[in-house]
Amino acid sequence: MGSPAVEVQGVSKRFRLYHEKYTSLKERVIHAGRVPHEDLWALRDIGFDVREGETVGILGRNGSGKSTLLKCICGVLQPTSGQVVVRGKLAGLLELGAGFQQELSGRENIYLNGSMLGLSKREVDRMFDDIVEFAELGQFIDNQVKFYSSGMYVRLGFAVAVNVDPDILVIDEVLAVGDERFQRKCMERVKRFQREGRTILFVSHSPDLVRNLCDRAVVLVDGEMIGMGPPGEAVRLFRERLLEAGDVLGAREAEVALDVASEETSALAEGGDPIDPGLPAPAPAGAMAVDAPGTAMVPAVPGNGPALSRGATVRTRSGLGDSRPVRFVEVSCVLPAASTRRYLLPGEPLTIRVVFESSRAAEGVVFQLDIRNDEGLGLFSTDSEVLGVACDVQPGPGTFEFRLESVPLLDGAYDVILGVQTSSGLSDWREPACRFEVMNPGRSTGAVAIPVQAALVGGGALSVARNRPAVPADGTVAR
Amino acid sequence: MALEAPAQPPDAGTSAVTSVLAGEGSIASRPKTTRVVSAHTSVLSRLKEIWRSRELLVYLVRTEIKVKYKNSVLGLLWSMVSPALTLAVYTMVFGVFLKNGMPNFVIYLFSGLLLWNLFSTGILTATGVVVNNAGLVKKVSFPREILALAAIGSAGVFFFFQACVMVIFMVALHWAPAWSVLYLVLVALVPTLVLSCALGILLAAVNVYMRDTQHLVTVLVGSAWFWACPIVYSFQETLAPRLSVHGLDWVYFLNPLTILVMTYQRVLYGRPTVHSTQPTHALLHILPHWPVTTYLWGDGVVLVFALVLFYVAMIVFGRLAGNFAEEL
Repeated sequence: MGSPAVEVQGVSKRFRLYHEKYTSLKERVIHAGRVPHEDLWALRDIGFDVREGETVGILGRNGSGKSTLLKCICGVLQPTSGQVVVRGKLAGLLELGAGFQQELSGRENIYLNGSMLGLSKREVDRMFDDIVEFAELGQFIDNQVKFYSSGMYVRLGFAVAVNVDPDILVIDEVLAVGDERFQRKCMERVKRFQREGRTILFVSHSPDLVRNLCDRAVVLVDGEMIGMGPPGEAVRLFRERLLEAGDVLGAREAEVALDVASEETSALAEGGDPIDPGLPAPAPAGAMAVDAPGTAMVPAVPGNGPALSRGATVRTRSGLGDSRPVRFVEVSCVLPAASTRRYLLPGEPLTIRVVFESSRAAEGVVFQLDIRNDEGLGLFSTDSEVLGVACDVQPGPGTFEFRLESVPLLDGAYDVILGVQTSSGLSDWREPACRFEVMNPGRSTGAVAIPVQAALVGGGALSVARNRPAVPADGTVAR
Repeated sequence: MALEAPAQPPDAGTSAVTSVLAGEGSIASRPKTTRVVSAHTSVLSRLKEIWRSRELLVYLVRTEIKVKYKNSVLGLLWSMVSPALTLAVYTMVFGVFLKNGMPNFVIYLFSGLLLWNLFSTGILTATGVVVNNAGLVKKVSFPREILALAAIGSAGVFFFFQACVMVIFMVALHWAPAWSVLYLVLVALVPTLVLSCALGILLAAVNVYMRDTQHLVTVLVGSAWFWACPIVYSFQETLAPRLSVHGLDWVYFLNPLTILVMTYQRVLYGRPTVHSTQPTHALLHILPHWPVTTYLWGDGVVLVFALVLFYVAMIVFGRLAGNFAEEL
């Protein structure tokens, strides 16, 4: 609807990175014309339109050029090539309270800031009371801003920006200010802006917020726009790229985590296990640390059940010595066979396949499974004993599978932690054994995908305040 | 499921929706200015932007003045006390110790200093203004030239205060200006302001890339340029005879401020020749015996020069401004 409020046309931005910055005349003369520098293209040929009344989010990792793009749109930075056409009054919230003068009072700063956003004194007069009320400053309005608490400061900054009646609001990750109540107030105000048909452009790290607020979202990776679309799609794309880029990082992190864990266990082992005197003598901690890298490189993949390459496999080191009866060789998360994706949709099945090697026959082996989210919160725990599966293993290779019929989780990366116990105690464990990702194509947010249908049952008129693009009712995939 | 809704009688819900829609209409239909952010913006469109932000200019000037004297006991009085002290020192040195013999030397001094202070405070403040407002420049979008203009603007306000002090001096000393050419005060003020703006804008931009500029300007303007203007001495009395022997007196007028300062002296001191206060009562030629049109022409030439410089400054500023936010 409407003509574009913001047109970004082939915008590129080059930053010159100087190894040393020569800003004095002497240095400039000495190094004239040959200042060593690298070119960094923060943005490359970005082009998109934001229609009037639309809310567009910009998703990207740190350093992907999000803020640079916003700065170009606001006019704080000029693009190296290309241009941005802005129709209407634009209020930029690149930093809250950026234009404040420390020495002036809150009242004077409101006028100063208002005029920076292009308002006349009369216009500011008219909205002055609203601003003060919104910022909850009360009698402090006539105090110098330098005596404000940081909370008061950002509240005033936000209050000015949202009360100045802009056509276009540009927000750079500043929605999370103040206490929870003020945050809610900010969100309400942003939603009211949407209802009023104002254009909003914002940057966020939080896919949830993007999903919640945006009509469309732009995904930036290393200064390039890799897509623009409905929020669900964009978040999926964003996570996918994150996953690709993050694989190496993830493995490294896991290794570090494991190092810590193995030290803990070795300390435990050294202390001796009073319950299980039958265990082979534990190796000294030092020896184990040296030994450990070797165990990580188990190359043999048993013939039975070739691991699906689609499953994200993280090979991690075992913290336990070689003398244990049952050892993991490889653990993989196997996505549904029909899937060509690298992630799950909410509610899809998942198989966790464990390839192990047993050095001797063992009875009553228990395989344990834990699923945790990124913050380490345990989401699900089970083991073969609880599930009523008796495992008696023979010497040699074997495979065990946990078949999760449905994974009712929303967006996120999840760690799978596996352990195996024999009658003589913990035989092997991996943390994380593997990871899987869930992408939610719908707009709901939270942790758990609850199948839901919404219906107006009576007593109200049809309220279609926003013309959101139709997206599958929710994250729960109809199956 | 949701299709049931329209069958319901209209109620508060619908009216809320319509009011929202009305609001939507008003925002969509209200007039909007179009702004283009790109590396190449014409000087004209930037001047338009500046004009649109003129209210911001007023606020920045006000802020500058308020902040400058905040927490000082005398406050704004300082803007009058400090030139008065300068005046006292120079009068002591040149009038009393060196005995240049000019009657009411303080008036002669003040008329030149008045204009000079406007120019020098203006460009000295303007030079550092972008660097000093890095926080603003990096985060808020507005025509950056405004910052330099605000520095000149606040110098203009101080000029006004000092002019008031000047009037008090003249009344106290019973010294009448040349009433018939009083309008020259305004005529000379215009090129001074344009020149200050031009240099201020230019130096503010250059200073971001070469911080030496600030120091260089302090030295050059604060001492060299000051002494190159006939403020504490009379050109006609001291330099003109020596230069005109070699036919070089035009060199002195290459300094655009010379003619402007002399215009002020012509109006406010008002007397080209006076009798010395020394016992000899010799005739002193303080100012050249030019007709008024010479002053008008001189000021006009400086104005044209200043306008050209202003245009150049805007081009340079425009080139450099794109990278301010990353250079700071």
